[in-house]
Amino acid sequence: MKDNSRRGFMGKAFGGVAAVGAVASLFAMKKSWDPLPSVKAAGFTTLDMSGYKENELVTEKWRGKPIFVLKYTSEMIAAMDESQKPRIISVGEASYLVTLGLCTHLGCIPSYEKDNKSFLCACHGGTYDIVGNVTKSPPPRALDIPPFTIKGNTLVLGEVGPEYLEMKKNGLTL
Amino acid sequence: MAHFTKATSIKDWLDQRLAIVKVEKVLASEYWIPKNINFLWAMGMILVITFVMLVISGIFLLMYYQPNVDLAFDSVNYTIMREVGYGWLWRHVHGVAASVVFLIIYIHMFTGIYYGSYKKGREMIWISGMLLFIAFSTEAFSGYMLPWGQMSYWAGMVITNLFAGGSLHADGLVEWIRGDYVPAQAFLTRFFMLHVLLVPLAIIGLIGLHFGALRIPHVNNQDGEEIDFDEESKKYLAGDKAGSKVIRFANDFMAKDMMVVGFYLVFFFYLVFYHYGFAMDPVNFDPADGLKTPAHIYPEWYFLWSYEILRPFSTDVGLMAFAFAQGIFVFLPFLDRSPNAIPASRRGLFKYWFWAMLIDMIALTSMGKLPPEGAFSTIGLVAALVFIGLWIALPIITYFEKKA
Repeated sequence: MKDNSRRGFMGKAFGGVAAVGAVASLFAMKKSWDPLPSVKAAGFTTLDMSGYKENELVTEKWRGKPIFVLKYTSEMIAAMDESQKPRIISVGEASYLVTLGLCTHLGCIPSYEKDNKSFLCACHGGTYDIVGNVTKSPPPRALDIPPFTIKGNTLVLGEVGPEYLEMKKNGLTL
Repeated sequence: MAHFTKATSIKDWLDQRLAIVKVEKVLASEYWIPKNINFLWAMGMILVITFVMLVISGIFLLMYYQPNVDLAFDSVNYTIMREVGYGWLWRHVHGVAASVVFLIIYIHMFTGIYYGSYKKGREMIWISGMLLFIAFSTEAFSGYMLPWGQMSYWAGMVITNLFAGGSLHADGLVEWIRGDYVPAQAFLTRFFMLHVLLVPLAIIGLIGLHFGALRIPHVNNQDGEEIDFDEESKKYLAGDKAGSKVIRFANDFMAKDMMVVGFYLVFFFYLVFYHYGFAMDPVNFDPADGLKTPAHIYPEWYFLWSYEILRPFSTDVGLMAFAFAQGIFVFLPFLDRSPNAIPASRRGLFKYWFWAMLIDMIALTSMGKLPPEGAFSTIGLVAALVFIGLWIALPIITYFEKKA
């Protein structure tokens, strides 16, 4: 009996220390899979907004993901209703659509239909209007707007500015 | 101390140290297989042979493959395919086997469902088999990433996005799995590790469990008859080979098994040499491009049925339906409430359930490859609903099944 309890103690002592070690190593394993600092540091893109042409979709790149930039024509803005206007991003005099170019359903890249002024995702048939609001499911929400801040005539993606915070607060983007 | 005597032969020398005579009996000559089975019982051996071919061809591919986003595509499509002597052979064997292994797994599964081989003590065979199916699916998916073509990249993007859990928006989890904001170097290297080390280790362990799970209940037979293996094997060893209901695993049963394997290998190498194209998606011969989605993203044929269950619904419902489809087969032994372990043909409504499930999965598979438009969308939706409905109906129809 005495012998047994000593063996039991050895087992429990070993088990206890090993359990702490196991949890600690799980933490290390989790951290090993995190994005590297170099990956995170490369997460900013600055766009010069003066070069874009009206109604011509340009795909930029931010964090390896496509970013849609579309300069609106004045007719496009005139045709927008109140649910669409808050999604406009204004830099200087001009107005733009700036969104992630990834379908919010499962991340395919939608294509811009210039004539219909809408976006179509070929993967599962979802469509979006000119400001990125969903017009046909399955996408669960409008095209996401990346974190941005306006600096003069440039847009810095990856940095949170007041205009972006305002949009986020109003639930226009995730 | 154990007592060793001067060995009379090499076999005796080994037997004293490793008990090889006993091991041979346990694993082969006195491992008993029922006589009353058919060629469908050879699928297990076919799977073993196919897995061995995957390992061997994989070893040779591994010697030239470069898990680097800038080099991976060319290391497969140029180095292995054009420079390495017989590199094309390893790649085509690997690609064809990866596809065909699922065909055999599905036949193996549906054979088990038809003959009730997941009941009366055989539950762990079924469960370990379904764990193997999950492990093989992970292996297939991680392997599909490695050539780093357009389909690799975009399948990687779409499948890792599933882990965001729809409205849960667990984007942090997705970035953690990728090690980046999008599939990139960290993603490729970790999936390479999974494909060549961790998942194969899991598969080998699970194969051990799968075989171990067979030992006590033994292999089922065509009539679901409960055989007294001790009694029948005594009869066999006493010389009444004709009267006994069982035969030795080796070499007796193996001889028949290997004949089926022989037919299979003719078919397999016909595919490898003359018809490998089905396992090589043309879209994946374009290098990965994060700024260009292929017009249609679809998985390999063996994932189409579960993909089609995901597709017709809105994101959250789709994800739930998909998770349901992925997990539900594991619970088959417990959802089938009938005690009858006999072929489906003698099981009343279950007979119709079996064929409805098989046809529904073929329908889902055929719809999954087509663009999600018009009538295809509708057929896909109906087939997805039928799939879910059949699983809900299973406990009810089997509960009321008459005892045979």
